[in-house]
Amino acid sequence: MNLIPRSLSRASRGRSRRERLATAGLATAGLLAVVLTFTIIALFVHGSIPFVRTVPLREFLGGTRWAPLHEPASYGILPLVGATVVTTGIALAVAVPLGLLSAVFLSTYAPSSVRRVFKPALELLAGIPTVVYGFFALRFVTPLLQSLIPVLGFWNGLSAGLVMGIMIVPYMASLSEDVLYAVPRSLWEGAYALGATRFETVIRVVIPAALSGIGAAFILAMTRAVGETMIVALAAGRTPTWPPDPTQPLLTLTTAIVNIATGDHEATAFIWSAVFAIGLLLFLTTLVLNTVSYLVIQRFRQRYA
Amino acid sequence: MSEHEALPVLSTRSFSLWYGSHQAVIEVNLDIAERQITAIIGPSGCGKSTLIRAFNRLNDLIPGVRTSGEILFRGETIYGRGVDPVNVRHHIGMVFQKPNPFPKSVFENVAFGLRINGFRGNLAERVESALERAALWDEVKDDLHRKTGYDLSGGQQQRLCIARALAVDPEVLLMDEPCSALDPIATAKIEDLIRELASSVTVAIVTHNMQQAARVSDFTAFMLLGELVEFGLTRELFTRPKDSRTEAYITGRFG
Repeated sequence: MNLIPRSLSRASRGRSRRERLATAGLATAGLLAVVLTFTIIALFVHGSIPFVRTVPLREFLGGTRWAPLHEPASYGILPLVGATVVTTGIALAVAVPLGLLSAVFLSTYAPSSVRRVFKPALELLAGIPTVVYGFFALRFVTPLLQSLIPVLGFWNGLSAGLVMGIMIVPYMASLSEDVLYAVPRSLWEGAYALGATRFETVIRVVIPAALSGIGAAFILAMTRAVGETMIVALAAGRTPTWPPDPTQPLLTLTTAIVNIATGDHEATAFIWSAVFAIGLLLFLTTLVLNTVSYLVIQRFRQRYA
Repeated sequence: MSEHEALPVLSTRSFSLWYGSHQAVIEVNLDIAERQITAIIGPSGCGKSTLIRAFNRLNDLIPGVRTSGEILFRGETIYGRGVDPVNVRHHIGMVFQKPNPFPKSVFENVAFGLRINGFRGNLAERVESALERAALWDEVKDDLHRKTGYDLSGGQQQRLCIARALAVDPEVLLMDEPCSALDPIATAKIEDLIRELASSVTVAIVTHNMQQAARVSDFTAFMLLGELVEFGLTRELFTRPKDSRTEAYITGRFG
């Protein structure tokens, strides 16, 4: 049998048809993902139209009272934004130092045998369902904290934020470790050749070289915290307060959606458009954060291409 | 000739090096004379880069590296117990194949070695004189803090790396194929620079470019398959090689 076509003209018909089919199939799959994303955006925009028509933007973005089910209703989103900022801030305060330190350890100090065990273990941590974290916060961390801070509420932003931080550590560590590990060997050697110790090399050369990538990891970690729902729903409570107090119950943007969505409302009720408006705000926030981190990573890649 | 009388700064004594079970350097005996330029030539994989990286113990960073024999720096072993490779590298600087400036300003690149060594004098002065010695000062003096190492051309980057190494005043400068990533004009500049540097610092340069070795060096060592085949004055080695393998290599019969 002769597998090599004798002539140099086009391959057999069947082959080129299969090639075209494969191209078309893959293109469809790719396109579908993009179309779905845009459909979701469109649906959120469409869904929030009644809300935007009724509630003045200034009241929505500037109001400090969130009471959509009261008479008269009030749609000030600041308590929700404040709660999200507080829990996200606490989470990042835990996740950034811990994540960064473990990343530095893994990428520079750990022997490769330790790295081979430690890194998958860290990534396994990212696979724990968030409801488990939420329950852990509510039933373990909060009581523990209450013995230190007596005024701490049964639901509170502090405990939720801390546990959310633990949840994010693997993301922060894994992403930072990748960029630290990607710092070219030649920079290490350059510093060593000048008589730098390992610590000096890490602090003065490797971390600065990876800084934009670490920044991107930071932003992605922030996105995770802003969008996290289950932990705050279980452990942070459902009370919109202004100004937000981390020792007391809070209502974040995500839990506000949960609150409305799990309530008993008619399908045509106005309140649903508020959910779309909050969803749109969350979506835009994470979109901006993701875009920024993408651009930052691009810059990092270019530099060491 | 004074070249013959120059004292060795670095000498290897039956020096061997293994990567795991592979022996990359075999029983090499070599003297590097003070304020002379010694070129190490040979085909790819002959162990020349490994040997030069042994002089400042940079191979220590590679897992599974083992050595035997000795390397003496001014008569003192650099592989002995209690020798801190960090201190070895203070005296023996290095320039690499591909320019590897740090992602910092031109000034901070040159100041790096001084800062980590706790230099207390006039930093700006030292940076300037290092850049002068590396023939880069005139090209960067207006952008010392504005430009980073990456904003310079390849040849300028390599001269920046030379300035960075010179700033800490090493006694020996090791150069591992410093021109292999550069164009001919940038290469010519670096070669001129190497000749000038030899008045103040001992240079050991690895190159796969025989013409370069012939142009810049006082002494040449020819390595093959981990062994030092021949070592001598450059003009003698290139005109009257003693070993037939050297002759075969320099006349281009392999390589």
